[in-house]
Amino acid sequence: MTDFPLAARGVISANRPRPSYGVWGLRFAAITYLTAFILIPILVIYVQGFRYGLETFIESLSRPAALSAIRLSIWTSVIMTVINTVMGTLTAYVLVAYRFPGKKLFNLLIDVPFAVPTLVIGVMLVVSYGPQTVLGTFFADQFDLRVVFATPGIVLALLFVGYPFVIRTVQPVLEQLEPNQEEAAHTIGASPLTTFFRVILPALRPAIITGALLSFARSLGEFGSVVIISGNIPMRTETATTYIYAQIEGGNIQAAAGASAVLLFVAFAVTISVDIFLRRRYA
Amino acid sequence: MREITPRSWPAFALIFIVLAYALLLLGFPFVVIIQRAFSEGIAPILETFTDPDLHHALWVTFVFGSIAVSINAVFGLITAWVLVRHRFVGRGFFDALVDIPFVFATPIAGYAVILLFGRNGWFDPPFPIVFAYPAILLVEIFVALPFVTREIQPVLGALNPEYEEAAYTAGASRWMTFRRILLPEIWTALLYGVVLTFARTIGEFGAVSVVSGSMKGYTETSTIFVFRTLNDRNEIAAYSVSVLLCIISVGILLVMNGLKSRFSASSQQPKVA
Repeated sequence: MTDFPLAARGVISANRPRPSYGVWGLRFAAITYLTAFILIPILVIYVQGFRYGLETFIESLSRPAALSAIRLSIWTSVIMTVINTVMGTLTAYVLVAYRFPGKKLFNLLIDVPFAVPTLVIGVMLVVSYGPQTVLGTFFADQFDLRVVFATPGIVLALLFVGYPFVIRTVQPVLEQLEPNQEEAAHTIGASPLTTFFRVILPALRPAIITGALLSFARSLGEFGSVVIISGNIPMRTETATTYIYAQIEGGNIQAAAGASAVLLFVAFAVTISVDIFLRRRYA
Repeated sequence: MREITPRSWPAFALIFIVLAYALLLLGFPFVVIIQRAFSEGIAPILETFTDPDLHHALWVTFVFGSIAVSINAVFGLITAWVLVRHRFVGRGFFDALVDIPFVFATPIAGYAVILLFGRNGWFDPPFPIVFAYPAILLVEIFVALPFVTREIQPVLGALNPEYEEAAYTAGASRWMTFRRILLPEIWTALLYGVVLTFARTIGEFGAVSVVSGSMKGYTETSTIFVFRTLNDRNEIAAYSVSVLLCIISVGILLVMNGLKSRFSASSQQPKVA
């Protein structure tokens, strides 16, 4: 910065505006807004979960259907995160490193899963990979693999929904990388593969982990696409969110409490780790 | 990193893998659903788009989406300003709260509203909230809450507060300071946040379907319309409204892209640092 801060030159030194009623009003408004719309919903879920004692809470969690739903959510999200992290990092690398026709359009297409309603994503995947489609029959005949109304379909939906996360966190970091580091590695005889694993990948690690965690958290909470593609068969293809939905719709209010509390807890843990990894640069 | 033209075969292979994955995962389903929507000709599509239930569902989606956007724009702006400019106990805590709706499973958000205002709920509101419009508005504000705040915060953080203070000390009112000093700097970020918020509310399904009661011609939103027609085996209606929602969201994406290039264009100019 070339010009000195005004305060340092003594221009407005002691004249910092004292917090007026208006400023206090704004702070009050912001805190009320966050409390009413975020803090209270969280508290409500946890208070309801433990309202009738720890035993009821554990009981609502240890129902076989609840346990199997939570387990299915976690492992489909883990598979999704592994595939998405590898493909997302490769995609970001290709986008930054190479020139190819249609790149601008491709770069635009990447954000599509952010914009399209998740329910519509589910519908699109069912009509593309469902039992009566060309691809659906192909997978069933060749690999004896059912995609839709089975776990591969859930993973597919999560991959669609989470597609942009790793790409969009890794891409800006790659763009900032100094090209002379790669060149130096190349000059001393490193192969492109060694350069990638020894020079580029370590620089990307925080961004990759952040993107992976975000897509994992997003997958755990995903509902719209999964409710369409999974078929919601209890104990088999019912995920935690569709289980919670089914319990509420069935008027079984307390049964949803345990799974909700667990799901939220994992989501918070992930958010906090992302916060630690990213360290906000502003404020 | 420097962009190069690919020459070696591993480079070509890498580009091929990445593009094939994207086309199979994202591109192919788009083509299929458009083809399926038109599979029985134009007549059933016209029938769907003249259905008054669909008109009402779109009306509910856009009206409550717009109200949620307005509320989030005003309060999101205030929240961003308070979180960036003020120092107070618990600031970090409230800052962390803003991200929560990103990871909150949406049916659970609806569940919280039911627990609070539903039958035998914690509160007994004087007018119906659950299975009525107010619940739709509440959950839409919640699911889209982070966008405006998170878009404005970095821009505000990069601005020198001394300019606001100088304007204020020179006798400008708070409102004038905001209008003349802050707004010109942050309006692109604000607009970007607003567009994202709007896109999010249009696509919302989980929370809305829990709290709205999904009553045809009343609390049914456009995503719930797709869900119902799909369950009624009225496939053409479900597919064609899905395509409509896709077109709307891609349109929103294009607007966002336009805004983004404005962003980078304005960052070329010398900025108040």
